[in-house]
Amino acid sequence: MSASLENVNELIESGYEHGFVTNIASDTIPPGLNQETIHLISAKKNEPEWMLAYRLRAFHHWLTMEQPNWAHLKIQPIDFQSISYYSAPENITGPKSLDEIDPEILSTYNKLGIPLEEQMALAGIAVDAVFDSVSVATTFRKNLAEAGVIFCSISEAVKDYPDLLQKYLGSVVPHTDNFFASLNAAVFSDGTFVYIPEGVRCPMELSTYFRINEAKTGQFERTLIIAEKGASVSYLEGCTAPTRDENQLHAAVVELIAMEDAAIKYSTVQNWYPGDKNGKGGIFNFVTKRGNCQGDRSHISWTQVETGSAITWKYPSCILRGNDSIGEFYSVAVTRGKQQADTGTKMIHIGANTKSTIVSKGISAAQGQNTYRGLVRMSIRAENARNHSQCDSLLIGDQCGAHTFPYIEVSNPTAKVEHEATTSKISDDQLFYCRQRGLSEENAVSLIVNGFCKEVFKELPMEFAVEAQKLLAITLEGSVG
Amino acid sequence: MLSIKNLHVVIDNKEIIKGLDLEVGAGEVHAIMGPNGAGKSTLAHILSGRDGYTVTQGKVLYKGNNLLSHTTEERSHKGIFLAMQYPVELPGVNNIVFLKEALNSIRVANGKKAIDSIQFMKLIREKAEQMKIPAKLLKRDVNTGFSGGEKKRNEILQMAILEPDLAIMDETDSGLDIDALRIVADGVNSLRNKNRAMIVITHYQRLLDYIQPDYVHVLSDGKIVRSGTKELAIELEEKGYGWLSQGAAA
Repeated sequence: MSASLENVNELIESGYEHGFVTNIASDTIPPGLNQETIHLISAKKNEPEWMLAYRLRAFHHWLTMEQPNWAHLKIQPIDFQSISYYSAPENITGPKSLDEIDPEILSTYNKLGIPLEEQMALAGIAVDAVFDSVSVATTFRKNLAEAGVIFCSISEAVKDYPDLLQKYLGSVVPHTDNFFASLNAAVFSDGTFVYIPEGVRCPMELSTYFRINEAKTGQFERTLIIAEKGASVSYLEGCTAPTRDENQLHAAVVELIAMEDAAIKYSTVQNWYPGDKNGKGGIFNFVTKRGNCQGDRSHISWTQVETGSAITWKYPSCILRGNDSIGEFYSVAVTRGKQQADTGTKMIHIGANTKSTIVSKGISAAQGQNTYRGLVRMSIRAENARNHSQCDSLLIGDQCGAHTFPYIEVSNPTAKVEHEATTSKISDDQLFYCRQRGLSEENAVSLIVNGFCKEVFKELPMEFAVEAQKLLAITLEGSVG
Repeated sequence: MLSIKNLHVVIDNKEIIKGLDLEVGAGEVHAIMGPNGAGKSTLAHILSGRDGYTVTQGKVLYKGNNLLSHTTEERSHKGIFLAMQYPVELPGVNNIVFLKEALNSIRVANGKKAIDSIQFMKLIREKAEQMKIPAKLLKRDVNTGFSGGEKKRNEILQMAILEPDLAIMDETDSGLDIDALRIVADGVNSLRNKNRAMIVITHYQRLLDYIQPDYVHVLSDGKIVRSGTKELAIELEEKGYGWLSQGAAA
């Protein structure tokens, strides 16, 4: 904690430091979405026939759907015809070795603080970096392959592992699931595929950094992670995007599948461009994330730190199908300026003795609006299932809002559901106390907010926890007084 | 060290301090006593720079400079420490982390190097032992779930670590049983030295049995109405504050 605080001042000065644009030649298709677009995307990616057919099914279904409006969000209408659905840095058709990569791209990652070379050498993290739509670098592939782990871009997986893809793609989030998931299924550009074979503990943390660079480019990642019987993996996803004036749509789909005794831990730190002070620009982050605890005693854990995006709409969920399976959701969501977030989780208990834990920390500052929306469903077979939910909101200032919508559906009389919620404010007394002890106001807020989020941060892998604390400090700079 | 001249302070259009004079020299311990509503806590707040108070007249010099133009944290950096009447809870903020941040903020503001974790742990263990503060208290979140006595002891521990030049204790005895009072007083006494000034604000004479002041002042209706030595406190305890206002009237 103290290490991050020492950097706070330096970071505060920097504003939205990821707001730069990389000048590289891009292969971008013209804006618009129709059947031709789908054919074009599929052709650009040299996809097999079944993949194209899947995309087209999704597209035709999407045409019959309406954009949902039930969330506690004010969303300007999105013109889906004004978005370009494919953008790739030129001359890159798939991952290459580091020295072949455009130095501009590498320097972009360096500015983001993720030097690939260094990470390869030091951190032991394999990075599959998604730059706009095509994976430009995949590291540590060899080490992982020795363990039998597959870690590659989803485009490669479509070609190299068609059986796995056809079996599992869309098995947790079907192409008919919801408006944005259907759109993703139709036009998804790239993303990550992870397969951990039976009994294998993935030897390193897997990580992907996403970046949206091209103006007006929607980014539609697709992530699929499968942990076979007794396998385990920890996956980190970090997101940053450069400054743009127009809203950019990000509609990703993440599917996790855990077989018997398998464990998947999925951590996200998201600091996409939130828009300027007046709410202009910023990312629309409309994401469908769902995990299927397919096997008995399987375990899926979502941890997210959401500080960016103009609008966040996401509910990482667990379907607890296997008996004794466990679902967890740990979340910190920060909104300030004109940011809006409607986020939470769904825990669907189907198997007996299933357990779920929800810890949600919402922080609202300035005019930020923060909504927790969660569903806990105990189905008729969920004997002795248990859930514990804790939703805490912290308000900074007097113009922000915190809202909580917990939905609880219990169809089995032996199931137990507990829900706790608190709302608190950083008090003048607390600030005075800290300042009397010599801390600056910024430092005081940072300490108090980090304290508020501690339960969630301790779930994050170490490097991410430090990054998350830094992000909070930057995000909340100047929120008080 | 501290020189207050004809101080007038207003909160919400109401005058609370009405022409207060006080001189505190280095190494001295001054007790300020007075009935509820006399302006004791207001004085503590105005010296430490709490928002919401307006000084309409008078001046406060600290080490020869105008104190009132500095922010709360600047005053802390210059060596002013307020042991609070109601120490606030900071849930999730570890006591050790908080104290280290505080000490380093003060050190850095004074052009010193920040102290590292290893040195700090050594320091805090040593001070905690002196203050008879159990190690488990250090590991908990700042004041969170602490008993009244633990909170006050924690304040004195902070004072021991931050080593202020002017320490103000606002009703440090309130809510303490006799054993806790003794421990807190022992802590305060161990911090007395020839360079450090202390202002002990209290409602009851009881605390002064344990912390022997050099001077005693009685604050009533926003002014110091009587100053003296320890004997004044004893007289007050016997006769009550009513005696004073009668005495003043006579």
